Amino acid sequence: MNSKRRVLLKGTLAAGTVGVAVGAGVLTPRNVLAETRGAFQEGSMDEILKTALGSDRHEAGHVRVEAPNIAENGAVVPVTVESDLDGVTEIAILAAANSTPLTSRYELGEGTRPKISTRIKMGETSDIVAVVKSGDGLYSGRKEVKVTVGGCGG
Amino acid sequence: MSSIRVRAQLKDGVTQVRTLISHPMETGQRTGSDGKKIPAHYITQVQARVGDRHVLTAHWGPGISRNPYLSFEFEGASAGDILSLSWVDNKGESDSTQVEIA
Repeated sequence: MNSKRRVLLKGTLAAGTVGVAVGAGVLTPRNVLAETRGAFQEGSMDEILKTALGSDRHEAGHVRVEAPNIAENGAVVPVTVESDLDGVTEIAILAAANSTPLTSRYELGEGTRPKISTRIKMGETSDIVAVVKSGDGLYSGRKEVKVTVGGCGG
Repeated sequence: MSSIRVRAQLKDGVTQVRTLISHPMETGQRTGSDGKKIPAHYITQVQARVGDRHVLTAHWGPGISRNPYLSFEFEGASAGDILSLSWVDNKGESDSTQVEIA
């Protein structure tokens, strides 16, 4: 099953995932862009996930979120997301209590490992939630970070 | 001078990329000393490629910290290959750089 998925991935990625969709007339480049940007707005986690990854149904597990227990400065919170799954094509990192929860979304090329580190802003204490896409499934991990001084407002 | 600092190191077949980008990543929510809102100014997309191979596309919102840090790993490159990194922001500004995988 896994090897079949690999072959499919190879085929789609060779042409570019988006390129295939555009070629098939499913999406115009404008739609793709609007959809991506649309996820960076206010909304519930479920709404944001639907826009960003196409579904809000995710299974807990296979995703590790590494971040400090306490962040004194919410403007700079280091986070690493790592998955033990094969064939991860997308990773989304959300700060649950931020007014715009989605901080970033990553599209991984073939051979790119499901491991991303960055630094995010957190308005207040909440979970950092990471959702990864592997095949048709979404998997998630989370970690609570206590924020002493919020890093979003002025 | 480029806004992008990047290192790409090959070890045991895996290339680790670490990059720092100089950028304000302004959310548009903050108020300046003149009492006016500071306009939003943030990177929306970062792309990494080796030749015509897509390695990573990052879609960012204003929730990424000022002077962003990003690291990622990929397989299948050789020492001497050239990694290209580029970003574009919500104002249409952009920058790119290239680094040899060492």
